[in-house]
This record gives sequence, structure tokens and C-alpha cells, in this order.
Amino acid sequence: MNPFKFALGHLVSCKDVSHLISERQERELGRFERWTLAMHLAVCDACMHFERQMQLLREAMRRYRS
Amino acid sequence: MAPDFYRELESHRSYLMRVARLQLRDHALAEDVVQDALTAAIAAQAGYSGKSSVKTWLTGILKHKIIDAIRRKQREPLAASTVDDEGDLEDFDGLFRSNGAWDERPASWGDPEQSLNRRQFFDIMDFCLEKLPPNTARVFIMREVMELDSAEICKELAITANNLWVILYRARMSLRECLQANWFREGSPPT
Repeated sequence: MNPFKFALGHLVSCKDVSHLISERQERELGRFERWTLAMHLAVCDACMHFERQMQLLREAMRRYRS
Repeated sequence: MAPDFYRELESHRSYLMRVARLQLRDHALAEDVVQDALTAAIAAQAGYSGKSSVKTWLTGILKHKIIDAIRRKQREPLAASTVDDEGDLEDFDGLFRSNGAWDERPASWGDPEQSLNRRQFFDIMDFCLEKLPPNTARVFIMREVMELDSAEICKELAITANNLWVILYRARMSLRECLQANWFREGSPPT
């Protein structure tokens, strides 16, 4: 992987990213947060899966109530 | 009044009971609240526009009845200490290595529709919701089922926004782990 892209993607850890993905449903993320999140998701398939899982959870709860 | 409409309302009673119980943690009170909601639904039948499903409409009525019940009980605010009793964020530290990378990297859950179209998936979801610590479940249900926004929940429960985010994070991480263990075992849903 391009080392520059890798470095940009790891300005935040997977743990930080998991918080951002949850909090994104509650508040508007700042510009820097959005940017670091996008950079990380571009290089981390585990967090990309986690993000989809959170979407599935949200969709599941939407169907749960309707 | 159309008996069909009664039957339809009645068919949602067990769902309403589950939500009310998770929310109030009091079976008798939950029964009262659900009965109130169904009675109100019958009285307000004309107000049902048919735009949303009956279930969604009932969930909306139940939401107001639950909030009334919480206020009537003048339940003590969800003190920070109560919330903290349900475990700290550190509980999830085991999921990450010291450098903040996943210890067990999340894998694909496949096509969401394959799970969401199965009734059994929602049985597992009920099981996982029941397993959440009581206050964590209450907050999560308020947010995701009753669709209260963050500000409303903070006001009703007298907690800070930061507190709320932490509780919701915990709820989501716990539910993810529970679904992973009970539904998405070995990377694919049971057939």
C-alpha cells in the first residue's frame, strides 16, 4: 500500500473510529473528524465491515418498530 | 368499529409489551401502559391516516404513554453513578489492542437482506436486547425504537450528551457482539 495513504488512514485508531461511527448517528461530526474517518475507512476493511454492521443494526431497529 | 382493526391492534400487543418492559423494567406497569396505548389507539382510530404501518403508529402512541409513565413515577434521574454501574467504556477495551487496532477484526456480515428478511433474526435481536444492562437497554430503545432525539432523551433522563453517546456506544457494541455470536457465527447466518 502507498505509505502516504497508509499514514493518513492511521491518524486515528480503529477504536477511535468505532466511536466516531456510533456518534455520527447522534451528532454532526466536525470537518477534521469526517476527514480522518473517511481516510481510515479507505484503508481499513475491518472498520468498513464494522460500519456496515452498524448500518444493519440501525436498519434492523427500523424494521423492528415498523 | 371494524373488528379487523381490533384484531390488527391486538396482534401487536406482544411487541408493545416487549418494548414497554425493556423501557420500564416493571411488568405490571408495562401492562398498564400497553393497555392505555391500545385504548387510546381505538379512540383515535380516525386519526390513523394509513400512511405509516399500524405498528409504527402504535409505537408512536406507546412512546407518549411511556414518557407519561416515567414522568408520573417521577423516577429518579438516571444518575451518572447508575450508568457507570453498568460498566465502563473499558469493558470494550478487550476488543482492541493497546494501539487501538481491533483484536478480532470485524468480518463481513454478508447481504443484510438475508438476515433482515428472517423472522428468526428478530428473535435473536429480542434475545440480545434483553441481555443488555437495564439502563443501557432503556436508552437504546428510546433512541432506536421510540425515535426520541438525543436532546429529548438527555432531558427525560437528566444525563449529559456525552453520557448518552457513551451509553449508545456500549449498547451498539454489545448488540454487535451478541449478533455476531448468535446469528453471524462463522461469518454466515444460520440456514
